[in-house]
Amino acid sequence: MVPITTFHYLVVAAALFVLGVIGMLTRRNVVIMLMSIELILNAVNLNLVAFSRMWGRLDGQVFAIFIVVDAAAEAAVGLGILIAFFRNKETTNVDEIDLLKW
Amino acid sequence: MSGVLNPASIAAFTTSTDPGMAPVATPFFFYLLSGLAILGGFLVITRRNPVHCALALILTLIAIANLYLMLYAPFVAAVQIIVYAGGIMVLFLFVIMLVSVERASKDRRFNRVWPVGLAAACALMALFVSAFVKGRALFPDRMIAIPEGSNTQQVASMLYGEAGRIGQYTFAFEIASLLLLVAILGAVIMTKKKI
Repeated sequence: MVPITTFHYLVVAAALFVLGVIGMLTRRNVVIMLMSIELILNAVNLNLVAFSRMWGRLDGQVFAIFIVVDAAAEAAVGLGILIAFFRNKETTNVDEIDLLKW
Repeated sequence: MSGVLNPASIAAFTTSTDPGMAPVATPFFFYLLSGLAILGGFLVITRRNPVHCALALILTLIAIANLYLMLYAPFVAAVQIIVYAGGIMVLFLFVIMLVSVERASKDRRFNRVWPVGLAAACALMALFVSAFVKGRALFPDRMIAIPEGSNTQQVASMLYGEAGRIGQYTFAFEIASLLLLVAILGAVIMTKKKI
């Protein structure tokens, strides 16, 4: 059996990234779009940790921890925006968030 | 071409610095965990009920945490499970509870222009595949063994510093805590009824 190299992890990360992009572009529910963003961030994290293992340094892992922290902050703020908007319009459909359209 | 699969580089994967902790059945666990992660990702983007999507994302996060364990990163795996699967996904589930009306489960799942999004994502995947095919020789097959017993200590010395010196990422660590403070303030103020 072929031993598992860094390249295998990069392929898995790329697949997760593409799945996250598809979810962002095609779903209508705002919460599921935010979850697709979390998928994208996890794919990037997997990339970083795989490269950290390849070079034997821990910089990639520390950067991955910072990305987890940033994802927490962004999820909190994004969901706060969603709740504030939901109070006005009672919908989670992203196509109906169009108050700023001309 | 460097990185040809020879017995020396294969031996570099299957041994570690600790003679009692050599990894076993690595390809089986890698394919199982990556299959679970990709299955979870697929379920996130295709399920109708948002709670099902959140549960599938938790499956993906735990599978990725186990992949971090395979990559000799136990601290990042623990941070992933505690913060991501235990904090962020619980936040998502609370918000789904607050904003989910029954009508949303019966709406159409995908928006009107979903072929365009799918075509763009396929173009992105084609770009990734071409980059992987062309750049296959760039990734050497050797992996440097990181001792995992002191992984937390080494990460801590990079974040906090050691022996009286400031760490390499101490400034970024303080900025990250400031970011979290700003996020907390923003989330609390945005969800108040009267500011």
